[in-house]
Amino acid sequence: MTAERQERRIRLLGRRRARIKDRSAERTTEVMETAPVDIAPNDPILGYFQSAQGVVDLEGLDMDSPGLTALREAGVKLVVPLVSQGELIGLLNLGPRLSEQEYSADDRKLLSDLAGQVAPALRLGQLVREQEVEARSLERIEQELKVAQLIQQQFLPNQLPELGGWQVAAFYRPAREVGGDFYDFIELPGGKVGVVIGDVTDKGVPAALVMASTRSVLRSDATRLNSPGAVLERVNELLVPDIPAQMFVTCLYGILDPQTGSFIFANAGHNLPYVGNGEGVRELRATGMPLGLLPGSKYEEQTATLAAGESILLHSDGIAEAHNTQREMFSFERLAEIVGRARRGDELIDAVMLEHDHFIAGGEGQEDDITLVALTRTGITGMGNETLVLSEFTVPSDEGNERMVIDHVAEVVANLGMDQAKVDKLKTAVAETTMNAIEHGNGGRSDVPVRVRITSATDALRIAITDEGGDQARTEAEVPDIEAKLSGEQTPRGWGLFLIKNMVDEMNESTNGQLHTVELVMHLEGATDGR
Amino acid sequence: MAGEARANGGTIALSGDIDRSAEGVVTAAYDEVLRGGAGDLSLDFTDVAYINSTGIAVIVGILARARRDGMSVGAFGLSDHYKHVFEITRLSDFMTIHENGGPTKEGME
Repeated sequence: MTAERQERRIRLLGRRRARIKDRSAERTTEVMETAPVDIAPNDPILGYFQSAQGVVDLEGLDMDSPGLTALREAGVKLVVPLVSQGELIGLLNLGPRLSEQEYSADDRKLLSDLAGQVAPALRLGQLVREQEVEARSLERIEQELKVAQLIQQQFLPNQLPELGGWQVAAFYRPAREVGGDFYDFIELPGGKVGVVIGDVTDKGVPAALVMASTRSVLRSDATRLNSPGAVLERVNELLVPDIPAQMFVTCLYGILDPQTGSFIFANAGHNLPYVGNGEGVRELRATGMPLGLLPGSKYEEQTATLAAGESILLHSDGIAEAHNTQREMFSFERLAEIVGRARRGDELIDAVMLEHDHFIAGGEGQEDDITLVALTRTGITGMGNETLVLSEFTVPSDEGNERMVIDHVAEVVANLGMDQAKVDKLKTAVAETTMNAIEHGNGGRSDVPVRVRITSATDALRIAITDEGGDQARTEAEVPDIEAKLSGEQTPRGWGLFLIKNMVDEMNESTNGQLHTVELVMHLEGATDGR
Repeated sequence: MAGEARANGGTIALSGDIDRSAEGVVTAAYDEVLRGGAGDLSLDFTDVAYINSTGIAVIVGILARARRDGMSVGAFGLSDHYKHVFEITRLSDFMTIHENGGPTKEGME
């Protein structure tokens, strides 16, 4: 018999006895005032009662037992132990006979027979009662699970934001005992969007409530403060005084500018997000304490830029810390590897969940909530033809720097679905335009930058290359004639502009008197080589 | 990567970036081919990563000299892109572009 069971039995004994006394109290005020008797589980009298045959007369007992003393003090003369299947389950206690005569042998025989019948019935009653208590406690747990789930679901976004040039995907699957995971998207001024992922330590209703209040505070501060570090700092200050002891919140908050791909973020002890592009993966790192732990915590702010074709994955512990049947962890490395291979957010989430479910197969099921938020910069816009800035940068006007520019352009356009011939043509056009900007526009002065801006819309990719030679007169270069060049009538040089015009679908030139810009346009529809 | 040019018999093996800075080495290699007395010139572009307009000017210079020296010029190892560039600049009208590998390797051992 376990200690817990023993204890429960003794308590029942006490209650049972009290009831018997209550019954007798209807007839005698003398016994009614007797307090219930508690018998400790280790009292030797219990062992004695358990092995006794029939009725026990307390008067004849000589034992060092507080229980015995207490029973005597309560006025008990006879005890009828109720034993079922060798287990003492109750005592039938009798005071002195009302007639003040001693109990007769017949009385004792009657009581002993009665005990033989009462004991199994009482045991059955006890079992039914225990089961009822257990069922009620299970019901209460179920109820609490439902409440926690309800709170949780109430506060998760019911739809994903639609961002031109981005694919947004999110996934949330609670564990049986709901944890405190949450995620959120917050609409911000200037077309920007706040992205939140968080995890409250602890589970159930308390965690769900802390999650709900964290989310509300974060939402109201996010729309007011445009710095993720400042937002987390403020949320921390508000949480610290009110959060239950032993509880804290890990949270990553970032502001995404869908136009430029810039993601400014701060991290309160949450898992580091991964950025992947199908060919590799990087971690986005920023330091900060979890929310609700220490007043005055500061949150480092970092900026990452997502290029076209890159996906960012925000994730809660549920994936990396999942265990298989051998108690091995899924691990952050395995998760990072999947992100590195992924091309799009929705596929990424599918791949992670497939691998996770396969990993934990045969075990006890999902241990913790799983939350995944993936944003992919597709560069492909929706119905409207809004322009997306894919990249913007400068290079110094040094000879040979056109190579840097074309390498970067090649990287940026890699995921736009252009065929290789078209990409090669674009590279040649970009190289020639940049060389002209370096040599002619900026006169090869290293400190004068060449500005490059790559934008895309549904119909076309545009690369604008700007130099500071806007005040110079541009003369239309003569069309190179190979015959004249071979015979020495023309210089062998002068191919640049000719190449540019033949490599791209459109070339536009503009100047504002100071800046001079050449825009190269490559049509994206069909995106096949026209030659 | 800086452009290089190595003469071997009647072939000049070009590599790296062919731009204005490669002019010296290409001209030197042409001189060497000429001294070797080869009748025809082959340009091997197999290891060339990048050609820009100034590189095309260098090749036009070689074509002009070869014409004066009475040598026919062939090219091989060009990527599809640079084949296209040679076509639109009409360089391909004045040199034989071989599809795969080299021409008959005369002059090579």
